[in-house]
Order: sequence, then structure tokens, then C-alpha cells
Amino acid sequence: MAWTRKDLVSMQDIEAGEIGDLLDTAESMKEIATREIKKVPTLRGKTVVNLFYESSTRTRTSFEIAGKWLSADVINFSASGSSAEKGESFLDTARNIEAMSPDVVVVRHKAAGGPALLARHLRCSVVNAGDGAHEHPTQALLDLLTIREKKGHLEGLNVTIVGDITHSRVARSNIHGMRKMGMTVTVAGPPTLIPPACQEMGVKVSHRLEEAIAHADVIMMLRLQHERMTGGFIPSLREYSRVWGLGLDRLQHCRPDVLIMHPGPVNRGVEISPEVADSRYSVILDQVTNGVAVRMAVLFLLAGSRAA
Amino acid sequence: MSLLVKGGRVVDPANGFDAVADVLVADGRIAKVGKGLKAPEGTEVVAAAGKVVCPGLIDIHVHFREPGYEYKETIATGTRAAAAGGFTAVACMANTLPVNDNRSVTDFIMAKARVEGVVRVYPIGAVTRGLKGKELAEMAELAEAGCVAFSDDGQCVMNAEIYRRAMEYALPFGVPIISHAEDEHLAHRGAMHEGLVSTELGLLGQPWVAEDVMVARDILLAELTGAHVHIAHISTAGAVRLVREGKARGVRVTAEVTPHHLVLTDDAVREYDPNTKMAPPLRTKRDVEAVLEGLLDGTIDCIATDHAPHALSEKEGEFGECANGVVGLETAVAILLDRLVRAGRMDLPTLVARLSSGPARLLNLPGGSLAPGALADITVLDLDHEWTVEPARFRSRARNTPFAGATGTGAPVLTIVGGKVVTV
Repeated sequence: MAWTRKDLVSMQDIEAGEIGDLLDTAESMKEIATREIKKVPTLRGKTVVNLFYESSTRTRTSFEIAGKWLSADVINFSASGSSAEKGESFLDTARNIEAMSPDVVVVRHKAAGGPALLARHLRCSVVNAGDGAHEHPTQALLDLLTIREKKGHLEGLNVTIVGDITHSRVARSNIHGMRKMGMTVTVAGPPTLIPPACQEMGVKVSHRLEEAIAHADVIMMLRLQHERMTGGFIPSLREYSRVWGLGLDRLQHCRPDVLIMHPGPVNRGVEISPEVADSRYSVILDQVTNGVAVRMAVLFLLAGSRAA
Repeated sequence: MSLLVKGGRVVDPANGFDAVADVLVADGRIAKVGKGLKAPEGTEVVAAAGKVVCPGLIDIHVHFREPGYEYKETIATGTRAAAAGGFTAVACMANTLPVNDNRSVTDFIMAKARVEGVVRVYPIGAVTRGLKGKELAEMAELAEAGCVAFSDDGQCVMNAEIYRRAMEYALPFGVPIISHAEDEHLAHRGAMHEGLVSTELGLLGQPWVAEDVMVARDILLAELTGAHVHIAHISTAGAVRLVREGKARGVRVTAEVTPHHLVLTDDAVREYDPNTKMAPPLRTKRDVEAVLEGLLDGTIDCIATDHAPHALSEKEGEFGECANGVVGLETAVAILLDRLVRAGRMDLPTLVARLSSGPARLLNLPGGSLAPGALADITVLDLDHEWTVEPARFRSRARNTPFAGATGTGAPVLTIVGGKVVTV
């Protein structure tokens, strides 16, 4: 396999073959987690910097574990307590970090385009760990890995993504990735939370939950951020939860082998009921497990196999 | 003091003239246009054979940042950029620091321009104090001091009542109110046009309707008050339709379009380059076609650059955080000659009209004509000149152009103001 890219910024940029390679590599990484000594020397002497301008538990930890299992030196940098608070620009901070010769910078930023900006300016590899409402490619990859594991294949599957599509980078990355892998994607939510020109991305749009999930092989529930009410997107959490929340009752009408996914963090009782989140349909924790494997694959392909 | 511009193709749309001829200048004014003109002893001769000689080009929408933001641009650097780009006169917007909302600022700008400028500078006064949209600026004094229009450009006057009063109050001065049409609630601080590209990039978009509702409002207010409203940097198909309808109904509405809205779409934003960020944002192909159509049929009266210089530090970070605006003075004419005239989408006399007689008429400015007695402001174009946009070579203090690296053919090569060749 030949991975030639310097960076992983978006699923829109990469091709189906590359996604397949990434998933195969991730699958081979999963075995390491089952060993008693979870460490391989692959990235010994390589430095990975986690540059996080937004809070994150899952993604940052996942990248950190991934790097450490591959024996890279992983440095965590969070914007609080850094010179960002003293007014240093994002680009200047990144240039300063680059001056310390990291091999990979993993960046999360509230600004869409932040990682693209770094990728353009830095010589080292840049991985997008989530930028505003743009993309979150490793999340889409771990979602694809989870679906492929559970269903045995990706092509031909129907996926329904439910909730706040407008503000979701997870939705965007998954739409691109799933479409490239031959899947059919439906997005569902109140019209105020479906972004403009969404159909032109090649998805179906539904404004009725029952109809949207009836034939789905996979249902992906997105978190509803509380501040969406002040923006006039929805009247109340209560109403949102009643109309768009996924409870066991609604699951009755779904396929018996449906998978329920959620990128986390979960608002139990808002977009998904606790019974569904903990049900046999739910693969929410498998997603998290696969996240480490996917990030190991990404770090390996960018820092381990490419430069050499 | 005389000058002979010899043997060029003289394109003077204001007088319906397009033929090879000489232009004789004396005492800062056009003396004569004709074939084989004899110049008096000691006349400086400019050889223009094979080139186009047209009335000095006029840009009625620039931001020169002085006073207050001299790190972005000054009257000295801005007027040199204008001259380098073929412009002999500019009108500068009021959003300086302090704002040009009182005559002492107007006086300062005009004095600076006299001493340090190399092209004519016409100040535009603010509509409201401090551009705050709350109280009227002292428009009578501003007009007296030399302001050629009023505008809160950069801000939209959201309060329709205040705007109505401004239009009424300005009636006796015979100058237009220039509207920055952008409903701030609908625009919602969107950093680009709302559509497929904004959705894919995850950037907050502003919908076309944010511009259209304000254009509609301002046309109705012009109808009510009898004022002349000029729509700055029109960018949507719907706004062009509204202006066309307004004109047909006899409303005193005019409009301008920028070079970037004539040749670029929101696809240009895909790399998150802050030099593709401006207000109004780059729109869709359909809008680009509509503004060009409007420019051709006269719905849009003129082209203006909205030259908006910014320092590099304000234009290199996160797209959503960066300042709005791009520079235009040094690229406008070259881009338009190549992308419109050379591409066969607009004939040369129409382009010259939209850059000279069009804006002159709109703001009642002298110039825009090569008739005997007119100001001897002349621009010479070389339609065969091949160029590459190199921001490092700009005379402007700023480098924020969306056209860096672009290439083309056809450019301004000589600028004459008041009968004198400007060297920059």
C-alpha cells in the first residue's frame, strides 16, 4: 500500500482506496490492544504533538494512547495555560511548535479550516482532530471501521444520521466517507438544523424521524448542543427530545439488526434514551475502542511509513 | 504646459468616440482630439500608437485608512496604487479613525491628498455619527467641505427610520447616499456565502437574502423620499433584478459591482484563503452571470473596486476570524481587460464607460470625458501587455488580493492626471 499524503485534513480530500487502506491498517492494529504488553516500537523516536484548542476527552486520549502504543513521544498542548492566552496567534503558536521538530501535529480547533491552515504552513504532518463544523476525519474512519466489523461490508448499506447536521463536523466527514464507500446516507432533523444545499452533497434529507430510520442499517444519533436554543434553531430541549429523541418505542419499527451509533458525548434522555444507548443495538463503546486503532493507523501511515 | 498623446485608439464613450487620434492637452484640460494634431513648441509627446487612450478611470469606492489605520494604507500609498492601476480619481469611504463624520476629518483628508496624493481624492462622508446608525452626521457641513456622497459603508444602517431621515436631509446637497446592503441579523456574521461550499467547509454562511432585503428596503426608501440611493458592491442575482425593476419604475437608484464579484465565485474560498473573504461575500456562478448581465445592460452603472487594504496579520489566520476585504486598485483594470474584454464578454467601450463616464455621472464628478475643456485625466491601456499579479510589487501598503499569481493580457500602462504623467 502506498500512502503519499503529508496530512489528513478531510474525508472530502481522500479517495475510497485510501479509506480502505486506512481501515485495513486499523484492523491490523487492533490486535495490539489485546496483548499483555501493549506496545510496539514502530514510531520510536517520533514525536506527536496534540494541539487542542477545544476541550476533548475521547479524541485527545485516543490519539495519546495510539501514539504511546506505537512508542511515539506524545506531547499534549491545550490552549488554556498556553501562550494563546497571551494573545499569540494560532499560526505563530504552531510555527513555534514546529520549530521543536515534531513529526505529526494533531490539531483540534474551533475554527473550520484551522488544520488546513496548518497543513499549508507547516512542513510536518497535520492530522485534523476536528475543526469547527467542517470535518472530523478520524471519527468517520472509526465509524466506518465499526460498521464494517459489525456488518462485514460497507457497500450498499443505508445510514441515517439524526440531529444537528448544520453544526456537525462528524456528519460532514461521515457523509463524504460513506458516500465514497458506496453507502446511502440520509440526514434527518428539523429543517433549521439541516445545512443549506445539503442534498448537493449527495444525501437524502428527511424531516420525519420514523420515516428516516425505518429502513436504516445504521442509525447515527448526534449530540444536540444546548446553546442551539438561543440561536433560534429549536424552541426547547423538551420538544426536541420528544420529536427527535431515539427511544425503545421508535426502535420497534426499525430493522432487527440495526446498529445504533453516537460519536459522543451522549446527552442521555435528549437525543437518545438510556435504554437505547445501553441496548444490544448500541455499538457506542465499540466506536471508542476502534478509535484508538484508527488513530494508530493514521499516525503510522503519516509518520511511520511515508517519510521513509 | 502642454502634452500630446499621439496615435492611440481613443475610446471616449461619453462622446461616442472610438478611433485612432491624437489628444492635445493644455493647462490641465483637454484642448483637442483629432488626427494629425500639431503641437506647439515644447509640447511633451506621449507615443500611444497601438495602445488605447481613454478618459481617466474613476473608482468611487476605496478605503484609504487614513486617518487612523495608516498601517494598512495611507493616502500616499493608496493614490499610488490607484495611479499604478490606471485610476486618476477615487472616492474614499468614511470608515477611518476618527470616522469622516465631521468637516475637520474631511479637511484633513483633502489636505493630505493635495500634498501627498498623486490622483484626485474625493471624500465620502458618513451618514451617521461614528457609523453607529443612530444619529445623523453633520451632512450639510460635510457636503460644503467637499464630500461627494454619504455612506456608512462597512456597516448597514439597520434602522430604516434613521435611513429615511438621512435620505431626506441629504436631498438639498444633490449627492447620493451609498448603501452597504447587508441585513445584520440575516447575515448572522456569516464569513462567506451560504450554500454548498459553506456547508462543505463548515463555515457560517450568509444567505443572498441578507443583501436582497436591504436593497429592496433602500429602493423603497428612495422611492418614498425622492433621494438618490446608490447600491455599493451589488453581488446577487436578486439585487440586480430589484435595481432593474426600481430603475424601470423611475426610482433614483444606481449600483456598482466589484471586479471580484464579476469574476470569482464562492468556489474560490475552498482553500480557506482569507484573501477570498469580503463583504458581501463571493457568490455563485448564477450571481456572477447576473451581475455581468446587469453591467452590460446598464442596470449596474459602474465598476468600483472596494479596495480594502489590511495588514498581513489581519489576513493570514483562521478564515472566520480574519478581516473582510481585498485590495483591488492595482488588479482591477487588468483583470477586467483579460477576463471580460479579451474573453469576449464585454466590449472595450462599455468597460471604459463603466469605469469612467459611469462613475463620474453618478457622483457628479468632473472627468470621465475627453471633450475639449474637460479635465486632462487620461488613462492609457495596452491590450497586449502580458501580466502576472505579484502582490510583493504592489504600490499599496497591503497585499490582500484574491488574484495573487493570476496571469492575463491587457493592462493600464500610463496614467495622466491634470495633464501630467503620474510616476509611481
